[in-house]
Amino acid sequence: MDYDDFVLRMERISKQFPGVQALDDVTFRVARGEIHALVGENGAGKSTLMKILTGAIPCDSGQIILRGQEVEIDSPGRAQQLGISMIHQELALIPYLNIGQNIYLGREPRGRLPGLIAWSQLYSQAQGQLARLNMDLDPLTLVVDLPIAQQQMVEVAKALSFNADIIVMDEPTSALTERETDTLFEVMRTLKAQGVTIIFISHRLEEVFEIADRVTVLRDGRLIGVAPITEVSTDDVVRMMVGRELGEMYPKQTVARQDVVLRVQGLTRGNELRDVSLELRRGEILGVAGLVGAGRTPLARALFGIDPIERGEIWVDGQAVRINSPRTAIRLGMGFVPEDRKEQGLFLGMAVRENITIGVLDRKSILGFLRFRELDRLAEGYVQQLDIRTPSLRQRVRNLSGGNQQKVVIARWLTLHPKILILDEPTRGIDVGAKAEIHALMNRLAGEGVGIIMISSELPEILGISDRILVMRQGQIVGEFTRQEATQDAIMLCAAGGRGNAH
Amino acid sequence: MRTRHRSFDLRELLRRSSVVLILLALCVVLTLLSNRFLTASNLLNVALQTSIMAIVAIGMTFTILTGGIDLSVGSVVALCGALAAGLIVRDGLNTYLAIGLALLVGGALGVVSGLLIVKGNIPPFVATLSVMAVGRGLTLVYTQGRPIAGLGESFVFWGTGKVGPIPVPVLILALVFVGAYVVLTRTRFGLYVYAIGGNEETARLAGINTEWIKIAVYVVSGLTSALTGVLLTARLWSAQPTAGVGLELDAIAAPVLGGTSLFGGVGSVGGTLVGAFIMGVLSNGLNLLEVSAYYQRVIKGVVFILAVMLDLYTKRRRR
Repeated sequence: MDYDDFVLRMERISKQFPGVQALDDVTFRVARGEIHALVGENGAGKSTLMKILTGAIPCDSGQIILRGQEVEIDSPGRAQQLGISMIHQELALIPYLNIGQNIYLGREPRGRLPGLIAWSQLYSQAQGQLARLNMDLDPLTLVVDLPIAQQQMVEVAKALSFNADIIVMDEPTSALTERETDTLFEVMRTLKAQGVTIIFISHRLEEVFEIADRVTVLRDGRLIGVAPITEVSTDDVVRMMVGRELGEMYPKQTVARQDVVLRVQGLTRGNELRDVSLELRRGEILGVAGLVGAGRTPLARALFGIDPIERGEIWVDGQAVRINSPRTAIRLGMGFVPEDRKEQGLFLGMAVRENITIGVLDRKSILGFLRFRELDRLAEGYVQQLDIRTPSLRQRVRNLSGGNQQKVVIARWLTLHPKILILDEPTRGIDVGAKAEIHALMNRLAGEGVGIIMISSELPEILGISDRILVMRQGQIVGEFTRQEATQDAIMLCAAGGRGNAH
Repeated sequence: MRTRHRSFDLRELLRRSSVVLILLALCVVLTLLSNRFLTASNLLNVALQTSIMAIVAIGMTFTILTGGIDLSVGSVVALCGALAAGLIVRDGLNTYLAIGLALLVGGALGVVSGLLIVKGNIPPFVATLSVMAVGRGLTLVYTQGRPIAGLGESFVFWGTGKVGPIPVPVLILALVFVGAYVVLTRTRFGLYVYAIGGNEETARLAGINTEWIKIAVYVVSGLTSALTGVLLTARLWSAQPTAGVGLELDAIAAPVLGGTSLFGGVGSVGGTLVGAFIMGVLSNGLNLLEVSAYYQRVIKGVVFILAVMLDLYTKRRRR
C-alpha cells in the first residue's frame, strides 16, 4: 500500500481547553484506503482530534487538507458533505424506527405528492447500502430488535449512504462479543477493498494489531509516533502510549496489614461484571485499573447497591450481607464518590452546608426540625479540614471549582465516618493542586483505618497511591499487582489484553 | 468569586421581588380602572376566593419541587368535598368525623399517585392524570351527578364563617402557609424535597429514601386538595360534582409564577402565595371589569404560558 497517497492530512493541529492543552501541534496523516488505528491513553487527545475532523469543535490552529484541498470543517453537516462520517461509541439510532427509516432519517426520497415518501425507493436504497456490507438484513426490521453489533452495521450503512469515504469508528468493539467483532472486522475489510478509508480508535491493542494497517500514537496531546503495524510490537506501542516517568508526586505511607473489611466472591451482572472476587483490608488503598468499559464503574455501583447483582456474595467485617440499595450500603459503613460528580455527587443548586451535611440530618435534627447551628458547625469543620475554598457556607456548590466541588462530595462521606470508601475517578478534571490534596487525604484516611477502593484511568495515580492494584478487562479481574511489582507497561498490557499477570 | 456571589444574589432578589412588583402593579392598575377594587370588602373577597386555590397551590408546590406534578387536585377537591357532604347529609355522621374521613381519602389518593410514580415507574404527569380521571369518575358515581345539599351550620361555618373580620378559609390558608413554610425551610423532610428536585440521583446515592419522600409529597398534595374540597363545599353550602374542574391550571400557575421551577429543586411557598394572589387579583379584576368568563380562561392560559416561559428562560440562565 502506498502510504504517501494521502486522502487526509491534519497538519499541526493545536487545541486548548481551559487549563489543558488538549492537542499540541499534532500532525495526523491518513492514506487512501487504509485502516488507520489511533491509540493513546484516556485524555491523550484522540477524541479531540476526531471532534475537530468531524466539525464538532473548531481547532485553535492548524490546517486540514482533504484530497489535496485545504478545507474548513465548521460543522458536522460540513464534514458529512465532505464525505467524513463518524460512528460514535454510543449509537445514535432511533429504536422504534426500522433500519431503512434510520438510514435515511431526514433525507427520505420524496414521493409523487409533496409530503409523501417514496418508501419502496427508500427501502431498495437501504437494501443496497446493506448489501455493500454483505449484510443480509431486512430494512423493515425495527432497530430495537437488532443486537448491538447489527445496529452498528446500520450506523455504518448510514455513514455510507452519505457517500462517506472516510469513516471514523470510535471504540466500535467495546460493546461487542468476540464473534461480533470478527464480523465487524470483516465489514471493515470489505469497505477497505471498496476504497473506503477507516480511522479506528481502540483501546484494545490486540484488535489494532489484527485489523489496522498503520497506527498513530498520541500522548498528552502530542504526536508520539506513526508506524506500519508490521514494524512495531505491542510492547513498543504500549511504551509509546505510557512513556512518562513517575515523579515523586505521590508520597506514600504504608500501613501495617490489617483485617479484611470487605470481601467479595463471584460478583456477576450480565456482561459488565463476570465472577469478580476481591478483598479489601482496613487501611488499604486498592487501585482498580482498566480501560473505559472494562467494568470498573459497574463494580463500584454493584458494591454500593446501585445496580442489582445477579450472583455473588459480599462480606463486610466478616458478616455476609446483601446490599440492595445505597441506603443499605451506607448503613454498612460504605461511601461512594461517583465518577460524574455533577450528575451523581452534588446538589449543584444547593449550598455548601446542605451538600456536606445532608447525609447526617437524622442525627442533626430534633423531631425532623433541623438544628442549623449544628449543621453550620459540622460543615465549617470540614470546610477547614479539607481546605474547601468557598466564600461562605451558603455559597451554591455550582459556583465552586471542580477540585472544591469534589472535596464537598468527599466531606459528605466523611461526616458518616465510613469504613469503606469507594472513589471512582476521584481526581478527573481537577487541577494539580487539589489533586495532590485529595491524594493526601486518601492517604490520611487509610492511615486512620478506612479501606479505600480507587478506580482511576490515570496510571500514575494508580501506581502512586495504591497499595495493591487490580486490573479489569471485559467485566473480569484479569490481573493483580502489588505496589512493588506494578509498572505502567505491565498494567497497560494487562488492561489491553496482552500478557498479564492473570491469576 | 465574591463579586460573582453578590451579583448572583442581587439577581435572585430582583427575580423574587419582581413577582411582588407584578402583584402591586396589577393592584394599582385595577385601582385606577375600577373604583370598586380597592375597598375592604372587595379585598376580603379576593382573599377568600384566592384562599381556596392557594391551599391547593401550596400542596402542588411540594410535588413540583421534587420535579413532579399533581394533575389530580381538581378531582380530589370534588371527591373529598362530596364525600364530606355525603357522609354528613346521607349518613348523618358528625361534622368533624366526616371532615377527618375526607382528609384521609385525600391522603390515600396521594399515596396511590405516589405509589404509581415510585413503584410503577409511571411519569407523574400520566400517573396523576389517571388519578384525576378516576377521582372525577368516583365523584360522579358518588353524587349521581347531582349536588349534595342540606349541610348544617357547623359544617358551613368552615367556608362562610368569620373570625373577626377574617373569613375562616383565609385563616386556614394562613395556617397551611405557615406550616408549609416551616416544613420546607426548617425540617429534614423539606430539605430532602429540595434535594430530590435538585438531583434525584445524587439524593439516592447520598442515602436519602427518595421513594418515601416522593410518595409523601403526593400525600401532602392530596391532603391540601381534600382540605380545599371541604372548604369549597362549605362555602357553597353544597358539594358540586363538577367542583374544581380546571383547578390544576391555577394550582400549577401559582407556584410557577412565584418562581418554583417545573424542573424541581427551586422555589418557595412564599412565591406560591404571591403567585396565587396574582391569579386571584387577576380574576377579581376581570370580573370587576366585566370581562366574560370565557375570555377570562383565555387570559389565564396566556398568563400561564408566560410564567412557564419565564421558568424556561431562567433555567437556561442558570446553566
